[in-house]
Amino acid sequence: MRSRLVPYLQTGPAMLWLGIFFVVPLISIASISLMTGNSIAGWDLTWNFSVFPDAIDQYSPQILRSFLYGGISTFIALVAMYPVAYWIAFHGGRRKSLFLFLLLLPFLVSFIIRILTWQFILADDGLVIGTLKSVGLVGENAHVLSTPTAVITGLTYDALPWMALPIYVAIEKIDRDLVEAAGDLYASGYEQFRRVILPLSAPGIYAGILLVGITNVGDFLSAQILGGPNTTMIGNIIQTQYVQNADFPVASALSLILMLGLMLCVFIYAWVFGTRTIQEYA
Amino acid sequence: MAGRGASPGSDSARPVRSRPWSRFVLPVYVTVVMLYTLIPIAVMIVYTFNKAPNQRLTFAWNGFTTEWYGKVFQVADLTQALWHSLEVAVISSIIATALGTPAALALARRKFRGRGLIDLTVITNLTAPTVVVGASLLGFFIALSIPRGITTILIAHVAFNIAIVIIVVQARVSGYDESLEEAAQDLGASPLVAFQKITLPMIMPGIFSAFLLSFALSIDDYIITSFVAGQTLTFPLWVAGAVRVGIPPQVFVMGTMIFVAGVLIAIASLIMQRRSERNLARSDPASRATT
Repeated sequence: MRSRLVPYLQTGPAMLWLGIFFVVPLISIASISLMTGNSIAGWDLTWNFSVFPDAIDQYSPQILRSFLYGGISTFIALVAMYPVAYWIAFHGGRRKSLFLFLLLLPFLVSFIIRILTWQFILADDGLVIGTLKSVGLVGENAHVLSTPTAVITGLTYDALPWMALPIYVAIEKIDRDLVEAAGDLYASGYEQFRRVILPLSAPGIYAGILLVGITNVGDFLSAQILGGPNTTMIGNIIQTQYVQNADFPVASALSLILMLGLMLCVFIYAWVFGTRTIQEYA
Repeated sequence: MAGRGASPGSDSARPVRSRPWSRFVLPVYVTVVMLYTLIPIAVMIVYTFNKAPNQRLTFAWNGFTTEWYGKVFQVADLTQALWHSLEVAVISSIIATALGTPAALALARRKFRGRGLIDLTVITNLTAPTVVVGASLLGFFIALSIPRGITTILIAHVAFNIAIVIIVVQARVSGYDESLEEAAQDLGASPLVAFQKITLPMIMPGIFSAFLLSFALSIDDYIITSFVAGQTLTFPLWVAGAVRVGIPPQVFVMGTMIFVAGVLIAIASLIMQRRSERNLARSDPASRATT
């Protein structure tokens, strides 16, 4: 018989690493946010709770914008990719692996280059806008880069495969006999979809929204490369405050606000749509 | 999963019911979306052939050249940054796979006190916004006055790759029959030998794909690295810094080379997986009967 210690020996090294370099730092941002001071004189824990209302006051446009951009891009990705995931799972036939491979192909291009190419596509004298201008379809002054549209385009593009994968996995698991049975019981194609396929794919939708939503609300590369001064997101603020301005308390407070805001969104989602279906079908 | 899709007679390969909707509208839509997702790849490859008089790519097309493929390593600090990225990706994936695999085995097969806490840690690590992970880690390094550089990048990458390895390997292990290892032990094999001869070969594809995924995520990471890098530049950091002054064509050439290498590795691992599945099915008639 195996010793009871074995699982602890097996998980120990990994958990030690995660504990020191993930859990401890994550918890300590709460205490960092309550410190006052500066880089030269040092930092003291003064329980300065006013950092939270101050940060919200000062950065509420960026906070709201992050959730707005994140929400819109997640929604577009969901609506765009659900039919793709459905079709590959139910009608992909023998070429299923090929379709999945094509779907995941963008992952083989560096994240930063994926975003950067949208700069080339959307630039005023770039591929799309430049061409439209020379044909005369849009005005000379039209531009997309550094507008919310550009940032959301980047966020949405990056979300597409991440959204499609979990939904595909969920639909792929659905028992085809259930769909057939619904058809035998005179459910129309629409009803088969709404009452059988859609509820059974709910766990995939949930996973996709979680994965993409959290990533996109906290993203700052799209705003940094495709956006302008009026599209700054919360991630950009955290990054500049932490790395450039060394204002650790504000950056930590904003990190906590971002985390709590996202958790709130997850709870609201679970409350509105119910977690029962997720647990039942997962 | 792959086995289900591969056999033509199985349930999932049979189209549910063909209607004009699924026969014409959906395929056209899927094709359009697929093409859309491939646009940036095409743009990247096309622009590697664009002439760039000032050694910086312009949005406008200046004419065709293959010049940049010959000069791919000419920008010294960009090449240096690419090496940093590769170094970090290889080392962090190896460490994460070495630490994550035993943990995944324990989580997939043993019930023990505290595993709920471990599951929670792993899930939090996977779902926490990367900007928060990066910021908190930088605060941690600053508080302990650890100088930022390639070591801190490595530490951060191992930390986010461990959770990936645990999830991927765990998914692979929980799908297989443990009685084989027990049978080997009943026939006199020591636990170590049984693990080496039975379990390891079976979970090898899972370990391999966990390693590849770690490698891909590590070489790609911008957000967490931007916090913990200090003065050290990886490929994504270098490119992000160059955006303001203009991108040298070499960036897209390197991107294209990474892309081509990625496609080749993906195809190779797909073929390997097919072959090992076929071998397994041949050597173990029982598994054929159950699928």
